[in-house]
Amino acid sequence: MDDQLLNWGQIIARILQQFLPVWIALAITFALSFKFKRRLGLYGKLFDSPVGLVGLFLVMFWIFTALFADLVITMDPIAQFGRVKNPPPGTPIVDAAEGQYAYFLLGADHLARDVFSRVVMGARRVLMIAPAATSFAFMVGVTLGLPAGYFGGKLDTVLSFLSNLVLAFPVILLFYLLVTPEIRDTGIPVTLAAVLFIFPVIFFCTLFNSRFHTNPTRRNLYVGLTLLIGLWAYSGLAFNKDPLGIWSMDPNMLNVFVSVVFVNSPTVFRIVRGIVMDLKARDYVAAGQTRGESAWYIMLWEILPNARGPLIVDFCLRIGYTTILLGTLGFFGLGVSPESPDWGSTIDDGRKLLSLYLHPAITPALALMSLVLGLNLLADGLREESLKD
Amino acid sequence: MLIFIARRLGVMILTALALTFIVFYLTNLPPNLEKLARTEGSVRMTDEAVLAWIDQNGHGGSVFGRYAQWIGLAPGWVLTDEKGVTRGRCINSTNTPETAATYCGVLQGDWGFSTVFKKPVAESVMQKLGSTGWLMLAVMLVMVPASLLIGVLSGMREGSRTDRVLSIFSIATTATPEYVSGVILVAIFASATAGISPILASWGWIDSKTLFLGTATSAMDGITFWNFALPVMTIALYGIGYIARMTRASMTEVMTQQYIRTARLKGVSFGNVVMKHALRNALIAPFTVIMLQFPWLLNGVVIVETLFNYKGFGWTLVQAAGNNDIDLLLGCSVVAVIVVLTTQLISDIGYVFLNPRIRLS
Repeated sequence: MDDQLLNWGQIIARILQQFLPVWIALAITFALSFKFKRRLGLYGKLFDSPVGLVGLFLVMFWIFTALFADLVITMDPIAQFGRVKNPPPGTPIVDAAEGQYAYFLLGADHLARDVFSRVVMGARRVLMIAPAATSFAFMVGVTLGLPAGYFGGKLDTVLSFLSNLVLAFPVILLFYLLVTPEIRDTGIPVTLAAVLFIFPVIFFCTLFNSRFHTNPTRRNLYVGLTLLIGLWAYSGLAFNKDPLGIWSMDPNMLNVFVSVVFVNSPTVFRIVRGIVMDLKARDYVAAGQTRGESAWYIMLWEILPNARGPLIVDFCLRIGYTTILLGTLGFFGLGVSPESPDWGSTIDDGRKLLSLYLHPAITPALALMSLVLGLNLLADGLREESLKD
Repeated sequence: MLIFIARRLGVMILTALALTFIVFYLTNLPPNLEKLARTEGSVRMTDEAVLAWIDQNGHGGSVFGRYAQWIGLAPGWVLTDEKGVTRGRCINSTNTPETAATYCGVLQGDWGFSTVFKKPVAESVMQKLGSTGWLMLAVMLVMVPASLLIGVLSGMREGSRTDRVLSIFSIATTATPEYVSGVILVAIFASATAGISPILASWGWIDSKTLFLGTATSAMDGITFWNFALPVMTIALYGIGYIARMTRASMTEVMTQQYIRTARLKGVSFGNVVMKHALRNALIAPFTVIMLQFPWLLNGVVIVETLFNYKGFGWTLVQAAGNNDIDLLLGCSVVAVIVVLTTQLISDIGYVFLNPRIRLS
């Protein structure tokens, strides 16, 4: 083995080779999607918009990277290799063990941990939390925003006041207050989780009940299944008391997750409320009211499907925003363990030596930027295509 | 109009009270007080000693009572310990237990004492706000003209090549949070080993090792272009993309209106149509957005001041939160809440003035 540094051509070639499983998965996805694009609705139409296509490519790339992270990484992301601090990209590892990858592809950080593997593993952490947290925020926002916009009155006043209250908080101050090791002892994250995590259960129960209440057998089946699965997951996720031990969440992660949902849901509430106030004057709502449909049926089965366009676009944008928030949390060292490979804390680690060594900070920075950029482009493409018809 | 403003002010005061109470409650949670006791007293205190310390320093009793003391609606606490020394909320080095006021809360102008900086909260916050004010001013001066120009240029002719390029640019900047763009900007302009500084230095164009300074600490004493440009650009970039996209949306909508077509058909030049007919109508929506951008700027300020080590309001907030400095944190949050609520009010009132079609009943 020679002790030569790899040049940039070799580094790029080796990185492309490491991402092989991702390329294969991407090729399959795109080939299938392209073949059946006329039958795939809005998703298929994305393939007509160059902007949306680039966005979709970036997003899918990171999703597959997160999925196949174990195959893509070259080394253990939290282990330390060698005694050299901040070796530049392409440095060979001194006396590498048998069967071990022989180079730091993108260098290593001040503790001699491989930057490339850490960034790849960081993608898994981000993509585990961001879409899930955004979905929960949407459940909360939709379940509260629909009645607030539809009924108006006192309910609307109270809910709007509460949402404005949360929105008037500077996000960072809220994070500093809500995501601390001390607050985990007080049970506030668990209380918040208990409140926020019940919304999906309420949402789906009302959804099925309002549609099938005329057909009790199907209603009982759907609502029963929702309650069974929902409350089972609820007991595990919020209180960590799942009798079977399948659903559980690390207290640290729960704290981060709940705070991110809490920060995002008021904005979703405002968006949903605005759309509902606009849509409730439409003819099909009046038709439903004349037919004697229940208020929840009109909200969930008439108004909500018609509001899906802006909501899907906002969902994409909001995953990006949540990614930025998670990065912010990591950047201030809140709610993450010191060796965690998430992008925010890696940037924070790297920035202290930024004027001397660039690679530990710039790689996660570019990774985060490309993921959020992909989500924004995807949202833009979706918006463009959904406006066409 | 007056009734509208009065009602909004009422809601504002209610919001401010609720928000400060939440901050007060969260900073005064038992584990936080224990941490404070251990940092202020001694790390090796027993659990009983910690509880005693909390009681003797006025952190005992109901949280509502203590909040009322902080506001200045309830008399400040006074305690005499076993050595006969009387201490209290209103007793400090300048007065004695006999001369001290009964009430000393925010209403009396007493913001408390910062345990991190060892001086009164009002003094340290005001001083830091000055530094942040300059930063905000510079950001606004860069961000508003740049974003309006980009938005108008790209919205003027929708779908043109200029529009495509500028739109991609604005999407890219909104995808780059401050802690990413800051790192990238430092890498390009203020690194001795990468970016353009080594090249410029080898050509002999710059005397120092880097073109721009990677920290803004020296800007505390004197602001120069070289120590202030990077922090300002870092905050402004994120906002530019957002405001430009709003301006573009508003501009494209205006450009499809009947009166624009009429003006074009009667022979007004394209430049005149944009400047005289379209621009004024297209700038109503961005005004609201710019005003509502202030709360986000506050976030940007916190990140950038930490990143560039500029000791302003954001840096103070991080210090206060990191050390659970209750009084300082409350002071910071009051300032933040006032900024957010005032800009919301201004944006609502301004919207009504700019758009005569809206009438407030």
